[in-house]
Amino acid sequence: MQPGRLDRRFIEQLINLLMPFLAVLIAFLIGAVILLLQGVNPLEAYQAMIVGAFGSKNGLADTLVKAIPLMLVGLGIAIAFRGGVINIGAEGQLIVGALVTTFLGVQLGEQLPGFLGIALGLVGGGAMGAIWGSIPGFLKARLGVNEILSTIMMNQIAIQIGFYLLRGPMIDPAEVEAGTNIPHSARLPRTVDMPRFTDMAQSLGITNSAEEAGLSGYLGELYAVLVEPSRLHSGLIFAVLMAVLVYIFLWRTTIGYRIRAVGLNTAASRYAGMQVERTVVLSMTLSGMFAGLAGAVEILGLHHRMFEPTAVSAGYGFSGIVAALFGKLHPLGIIPASILFGGLLVGGDKMQRATQIPQVLILAILGLVVLLVITTDYFVRRRANRRVSVDAEAAESLPDDAHTPSPEASA
Amino acid sequence: MNEDLTTLAIILGIIHSGIRLATPYIYAAVGETFSQRSGVLNLGVDGIMLMGAFFGFYTVFETGSPVLGLLAAAAVGALMGLILCVVSITFQAEQGISGIGLYMFGLGMSSLLFKTLIGSVEGVQGFPILRFCMGGFCLADLPIVGELFFEYNIMTYGAYALVPLSWYLLNRTTWGLKVRAVGQNPEAADSVGVNVNRVRYAAVTIGGTLAGIAGASLSISLLNIFQENMTNGLGFIAVALVYFGSWRPVGVLLGALLFSTVNALQLWVQVLGLNIPSDVAVMMPYLLTIIALALPFRRALQPRALTKPFARGEN
Repeated sequence: MQPGRLDRRFIEQLINLLMPFLAVLIAFLIGAVILLLQGVNPLEAYQAMIVGAFGSKNGLADTLVKAIPLMLVGLGIAIAFRGGVINIGAEGQLIVGALVTTFLGVQLGEQLPGFLGIALGLVGGGAMGAIWGSIPGFLKARLGVNEILSTIMMNQIAIQIGFYLLRGPMIDPAEVEAGTNIPHSARLPRTVDMPRFTDMAQSLGITNSAEEAGLSGYLGELYAVLVEPSRLHSGLIFAVLMAVLVYIFLWRTTIGYRIRAVGLNTAASRYAGMQVERTVVLSMTLSGMFAGLAGAVEILGLHHRMFEPTAVSAGYGFSGIVAALFGKLHPLGIIPASILFGGLLVGGDKMQRATQIPQVLILAILGLVVLLVITTDYFVRRRANRRVSVDAEAAESLPDDAHTPSPEASA
Repeated sequence: MNEDLTTLAIILGIIHSGIRLATPYIYAAVGETFSQRSGVLNLGVDGIMLMGAFFGFYTVFETGSPVLGLLAAAAVGALMGLILCVVSITFQAEQGISGIGLYMFGLGMSSLLFKTLIGSVEGVQGFPILRFCMGGFCLADLPIVGELFFEYNIMTYGAYALVPLSWYLLNRTTWGLKVRAVGQNPEAADSVGVNVNRVRYAAVTIGGTLAGIAGASLSISLLNIFQENMTNGLGFIAVALVYFGSWRPVGVLLGALLFSTVNALQLWVQVLGLNIPSDVAVMMPYLLTIIALALPFRRALQPRALTKPFARGEN
């Protein structure tokens, strides 16, 4: 190792990590211009947004609730992107997952002990998402169908299937009786509700309020999020656990390595004897599975019944892409990224109430974040290319280290 | 006899709607053809259409002039196309994602502007239906032929005129040759002095302009209203149509007609109250798109540099 090389690596890693923040900053600046044009003080709007999302116990709980599906969907997106396939179909995979979870919960939830019912719901939703994701995977691997387009079409098909089922076979019998026929399912039995944080705190015997626990200010709010009644549910723990598992899978197992290798260089992977087609199908299947799990968790932890498919998926299939990109397609990076963008979604709502600016502004800003994150990637790539050529020169004088494979270098 | 007449009327109605509803597909998909032939996949068509639809509508709402509305839609479409150029061409971003970003931006922005500037669903007087009247006689009143050929507005005729025009541009002009060259083999084109990225900028901007016009064809010509997300994924189908039409304007036209006819059929199924759930009927065009994409016969015709950014001295 040459002197000063570690420093250079460190600085480049740091720049690499800071780029997404720069992208978000620019997106918000453009958002500020839009707000100014609408005659709204951007500082006021953004303050309402940030305070609304992170400033209090209630906002924070909502932010974390929204971070759960973002995290799970984002993990799926990251697996696909790492494997060199682009999954725009998380929206549909989430919906079909939620439908199956609802079906299983309503039909079998009562007959099973709670934890088994929840497990069944999760497995069912994940499996359905996996199946839905594997279809575009197969179509790409076998027939060369562009997966971006097929997943987008699969989204629309999932939405229509959802509406069909909720208007017909899966409709809440109470709705039919009342004659209102609103397309939503019956409520799942309470035994399959994923426990909320407050329930868990209680069963652990933690019932002190923040003051009693001697915590005040923001620490007190943070404590209250975990203990006091809110919608925050154990799906958060599940999602974080999944992120760790995906990290281990991608970086510590052979199959994970294969997925990343195919994503980095398809031709070289094929030359190395990997079955590229099979890997493509696997990436899409796993990607769909995580979106399906997001659907399952939304049903079991939050909604407890299925309603309008697009309202359940709530655009997570797209905002999950933003979280994944912002998290640099790294499972552990996706955790904070999801919380950030969950906050943005919650804050948009608060901003709308404070300034009358419709929260769809958030969608426009998310779009800008996507455009800017992949634009800043250009500079990261250029630096990386320069580094590779410098390293190659250095490697010639250091034959010992030259043949150590280092997939991280080009990631 | 009476029943035959109704059947004829229904068939005519379906064909008429098919020809009419093909309008936005044709503009958007022919525009995307330029983009893809130059080697750039623009997945943001749906977002551009929404922006075009909104600005076209808003201009007519404020000024009452459909011509100004059309120009506004074209201008905003060109601008959106340029944004994509900067991201996908200059900064060589992954084209599968850049378009999704543009889509989200267009969807969010058009909804935001609609909510703050208009607020509720309003109607406008868009382009009128031409009936080709001279004196007291209208071509549109001719039996059968009248309904099939002479009862559309100028934007529909424009869409069909665009197809031969685009064919000519792509296949019989030097510029068209350059577009095809940079989409097929940018290095070779570069080596004979073609400015690859400039040609791509032009092709994608034209595509954006046409996508903007496609949006306007919905909001100020076919429906004369604006609603949030009124395209409902039509732009993505347009992108798929380019694959389906194997990157040729005429193929794209045939695909557009097929799709709009399926759409028209689906609307008629609902009108006639046939015993097919409407959700299943709505699903049909999307299912058809997937099947169409899976048809293997023309994939060899795909521009070889599609989705591959070009940078001198690399590769």
